[in-house]
Amino acid sequence: MATLQAIWEFIDLPLVIFGMLNGFLITASLLVYAERKVSAYIQERNGPDRVGPVGLLQPFADVFKLIFKEDIVPTKATGFIHSLAPTLMVIIAMSTGAVIPWARTPSGEALAVADVGVSLLVVLAMTSISVYGVTLAGWSSNSKYSLLGGLRSSAQMISYELAMGAAAISVVVMAQSLNLFHIVENQNHAEFGILSWNIFRNPIGFIVFAVCALAETNRAPFDLPEAEQELVGGYHTEYSGMKFGMFFLAEYVNLWVAGIFISTMFLGGYLLPWEGLYSGWFLENGLGGLFTFLQVLCFLAKVAFIAFCFIWIRWTIPRFKYNQLMNLGWKYLLPISIANIMLIALIVVVFNQFGWA
Amino acid sequence: MLETFLFFLFAIVAVVGALGMLIARNPVSSALWMIMTLFSIACLYITLNAEFIGVIQVLVYAGAIMVLFLFVIMLLNLESMPSLGDLDWRKVVAFALGIAVLAQLLVVISLKLDVMPEPVAIAEAADATSATNIGIALLTEHSFSLEIIGVLLLAATVGAVMLAKKRFV
Amino acid sequence: MYDFLLPDMGATAPILLVALIGVVLVVVDSFSNDSASIPWLSGAVLVAAITIELARVGVTDSAFMGHVMSGGFASFVNVVILLGALGSVILSVPYLSRTGHNFGEVHALILIATAGMMVLANAGSLITLFVGLETMSICLYVLTGLVRDNERANESALKYFLLGAFSTGFFLYGIALLYGATGTMMLSDMPAALVETGRTGFFAGGVALLLIGFFFKVSAVPFHMWTPDVYQGAPTTLAGFMSTASKTAAFAALILVLGRILPLDDVGLDTRHVLAIVAAITMVVGNVLALAQRNIKRMLAYSSIAHAGYILTGLAAGALGYAGALYYLLAYTVMNIGAFGVMSVLEWDGKQGAEQTIDSLAGIGSRKPLLGVAMGVFMFALSGFPPLAGFFGKYFVFAAAVDAGLTWLALIGVLASVVSAYYYLRVLVAFWMKKPEDAHVSVQSAAFDVPLFSKVVLVACVAALIALGIVPGFITEAAGAFFVTPEATALLP
Repeated sequence: MATLQAIWEFIDLPLVIFGMLNGFLITASLLVYAERKVSAYIQERNGPDRVGPVGLLQPFADVFKLIFKEDIVPTKATGFIHSLAPTLMVIIAMSTGAVIPWARTPSGEALAVADVGVSLLVVLAMTSISVYGVTLAGWSSNSKYSLLGGLRSSAQMISYELAMGAAAISVVVMAQSLNLFHIVENQNHAEFGILSWNIFRNPIGFIVFAVCALAETNRAPFDLPEAEQELVGGYHTEYSGMKFGMFFLAEYVNLWVAGIFISTMFLGGYLLPWEGLYSGWFLENGLGGLFTFLQVLCFLAKVAFIAFCFIWIRWTIPRFKYNQLMNLGWKYLLPISIANIMLIALIVVVFNQFGWA
Repeated sequence: MLETFLFFLFAIVAVVGALGMLIARNPVSSALWMIMTLFSIACLYITLNAEFIGVIQVLVYAGAIMVLFLFVIMLLNLESMPSLGDLDWRKVVAFALGIAVLAQLLVVISLKLDVMPEPVAIAEAADATSATNIGIALLTEHSFSLEIIGVLLLAATVGAVMLAKKRFV
Repeated sequence: MYDFLLPDMGATAPILLVALIGVVLVVVDSFSNDSASIPWLSGAVLVAAITIELARVGVTDSAFMGHVMSGGFASFVNVVILLGALGSVILSVPYLSRTGHNFGEVHALILIATAGMMVLANAGSLITLFVGLETMSICLYVLTGLVRDNERANESALKYFLLGAFSTGFFLYGIALLYGATGTMMLSDMPAALVETGRTGFFAGGVALLLIGFFFKVSAVPFHMWTPDVYQGAPTTLAGFMSTASKTAAFAALILVLGRILPLDDVGLDTRHVLAIVAAITMVVGNVLALAQRNIKRMLAYSSIAHAGYILTGLAAGALGYAGALYYLLAYTVMNIGAFGVMSVLEWDGKQGAEQTIDSLAGIGSRKPLLGVAMGVFMFALSGFPPLAGFFGKYFVFAAAVDAGLTWLALIGVLASVVSAYYYLRVLVAFWMKKPEDAHVSVQSAAFDVPLFSKVVLVACVAALIALGIVPGFITEAAGAFFVTPEATALLP
C-alpha cells in the first residue's frame, strides 16, 4: 500500500497534465464540430451528419485525413522554423491551462495544476508570445501571402494586447491581486449572487476584454491574418498535412482558452450562481467533493457558452478592414479601457473610504 | 539541489542563446536566439524567487519588444550576413580556455577582495520583488520618477513620429 | 501614507508645471495644428516657473522622500536652465518659422527636455538622476534631427543618438555599481553606507563610469567628439539650447554627485586629480581646435568644449569652486544663448545662409549694427574681457583653483583663455573690419529683417552680461550661500 502511495505521489501531477492535454485535444475537436454545426444552422444547412451519430466523429475523421496527408515544405522555406512555428502555437495554447483555477477544493484552495502568485500575468505572457507562431509561420514559408498574413497578425495582436491588458488591470484593481483564484473568489459575495460577477460590476471592462480576446484568437471579424479573399490562407498558406492541422488545433484551443480566460475574469469563473446560499449545505453534509465537481461543470458550461458566442459572431459579422481594425484598437478600445481603469480605481477608493467593500 | 541544477541549465541555455545570436547569419534566426536568451533569463529570475519580474520579463521583452524586432526585420527583408567562413577550431578552443581561466581568476580575486554581494534570504527576496511591494514603492517613494518617466515615454513617442512622419519634413 | 504627496508636488511645482504644459502642448497641437498660441503658452509657463523658482531660492527643501531637491541650490540651477530655455524658445520661433519647422511638437519637446534637465539638476537619488538624464537626452536627440531634409542634421542626430546611448550605458552601469557597493540609491546616504559596507573597489568603479557619463554630457575631452558635428547640424537656436541648458543641468548634477558622495577622504578616494587633468586637457584641446575652425557654429561648439573645461576647473577646486562654477554657468548661458541667437538671425535663408563662415559674414556689422554690436559683446564676454560677466566667471573658478592648490591648472586655464581671444576676436574683425567685397557669398544680397523678439532677447542678453559683470556680487553671494551655511551643507553639497 505504501509503495502504491509513493508511486501515486510520483505520477499524479504528470497524470493530471496528461489528462488536461487530452482534454484540450478533445475539446478542440468538439469545437470544430460545433463550429461546423452552428455555421450550418445559421446558413440553414445540416452540416456534418454522416460520420458517427449525428456526425460527431467528423472532426476525428478530419484529423486522420490530415495525419495521412503528405507534408509539403516549400523549397525555399526555412526548414526548422517552418516546423517550429506550428509546434509553438500548440504548445503555447495548451500551456495556459496550467494556471487556471478549475474549481475550489473543499478545503478552500484552488484546483489548479500550478497556483502561482501572478497567474494572470502568466496567461497574458503566454498569449503575448503566441504571436511568434503566426509571425514565424508567415516568414518561414517564403511566400508573400504568408508574410503579409504574419505581419498583419503581429500588428493586430500587439495592438489588442494593450487594450486587453488595460481591461485586465481594471479587474486587478478590483480584486487587488494578480492571482486568478483570488480574482474569482473576489467575485463571490453571498448577498449579491451573480450581481457580484465582474461582468456586472465592470461592464465596460468586460466588453473591451471580450473584443480584444476575440481579436487575439485571430477569428472573424478579426481574421485579417488569414483573410481568404486577399491572402489565400494567410500565414498558413504554405502548410499542409499535420502541420496545418496543428494550426487548426491551436486556433480552436485558443478559442477555448479565450473562453476560459473571459469567464474566469468576468463571469465568476467556476462560481455557481448564488452559490453562497447553498455551498454550506454541501460542505456540512460531506458533499464537498460533489460541490467541487459541480463547480468544474459550471465553469465548463460558461466557457462553452462563450465559445458558442464566438462561433456565432464569426458567422454573422463581416470582417473589418485593416484601417478599421487599427482604429478600433488604438483610438477606441485603448482609451476606453484606460478611462475604465481610472473609473474603477475611483470607485474602489470611494468604496474603501466609506467601508462599503 | 534542484535549484542549482535549474540555475545551471538556464544559465547555459542563456549563454548558448547569446552565442547563437552572434553566430547566426540570418537576422531572423538571430532574433530567435535572442528570444531564447530572454526566456532563460526570465526562468533564472523565477528560480531566484522573483516571480513577478520573471513574468514581466517574458511579457515585455519576449512578448512585445522582440515581436517588434522581428516585425521590422521581416519588413526590411534583410539579406543574410556573409557566412563566418572556416572557423579555426584551435582559436575557438583557445578562446574558450582563456575565458575560463579569466573567469576563475576573477572569482578568486573577488573572493579575496570580498566584493561579492551577500545572498539574501529567500523569503526576503520573494517579498521584495512581489508585485504588491513593487507597486507600493513605485507609487509612493518613486511617484515623481514614475510621472517623469510617463512624460519621457510620451516625448519619445512624439519624437519617433516626428522623425518618421511625412508632415514634418 | 500618501499625505506627503501634495506638499511635495508644491515643492517641485516648476518641474511638474513645465512637464504638464509640455504634455498639454502635444494635445493642443493635435487638435489645432501648429496653433500660434503654442509658443506663447510655452513662454508663459517658463516665465511662471522662473518666478516660482526665484521666490524659492532662499529656502532649502527636499521632496518625495529626498529623491528631489527643491529650493536653494536647486532653484538657482533651475532658474539658469529655465532662462536658457526661455531665450531659446523666443529665438526659435522666427528661426524655425523661416525654415518651415515651427511645429507645436518642437515646443512640447523643448519643454519636456527642460523638465528633464531640472529633474537631473535637482536629483537627490541616482534614480531621479537617471530619469532626468534620459528625459533630457531623448528630447535633444529628436530636436537635433528636426530638419530631416538636411543630410548633415540627420548625420548629427544619428551620431548624437548613438554616442549618447553609449554614454547612457556607462552611466547606468556606474549607477548599478554604486548601488551594489552601498545598497542605497540616495546620494546623501551613500558615504555612510559605503563606510559600513567597505566595498571601496566597487564604488570606485561606479564613480569612474558615472564620471565618464557626465564627461560625455558636458562634452569634456576626450568624450567631446560628438559636440562639433551635433552643434553644426542641429537647428541653430536649439544648438544654443543644448549647449547651455543641458550643460548647466549636467554640471549641476555633477556638483550634486561630487559634493555628496565624493568627499571620501576616509576611504582614500580622491577624484579631484581626475577632474583637474580632464579640465586641463579640455581647455587646451577645445581652444586649440577652435582656432582652426572657419564655420562659426563649429567654432562655437569647440568654444563650448573649452568652457566646459573652465567650469571643470571650478569643480576640481572642490567646495570652493562650486559657487564660482554656478556663476560661470549663469554667465555662460547668457552669452552662448546670445551668440547662437545672433547666428540664427544671420542664417537668413535655407540655402546660402545656412552655413555661415567667417568669410561669408565679412562686413555684416556695418549693415546690421545691432547684430554686430551684440555679437561683439558676446565674443568679448566669451573670451573673458572685463568688465563683462565672462571675466568674473573665469576669475571665480581660477581663483578657487589657486586657493585649492591647483595653481598649475589655473595657469593652463589663463593661457588657454589668451589663446581663445584670437578666434573670438577674429569674428569681430570679420564683422566690422572686413569689406563685404572680400566675401565669397556677399551678404549684400541679404535683405532680411531682424525679428522683434530676437532683438529683445539679444538686447536682454547684452544687458544681463554687463549687469552681471558690473555687480557680480549678489549672484556669487547667493550661490556661495548654498555651500556655506550649516543647514544648507547638511542637505546640500
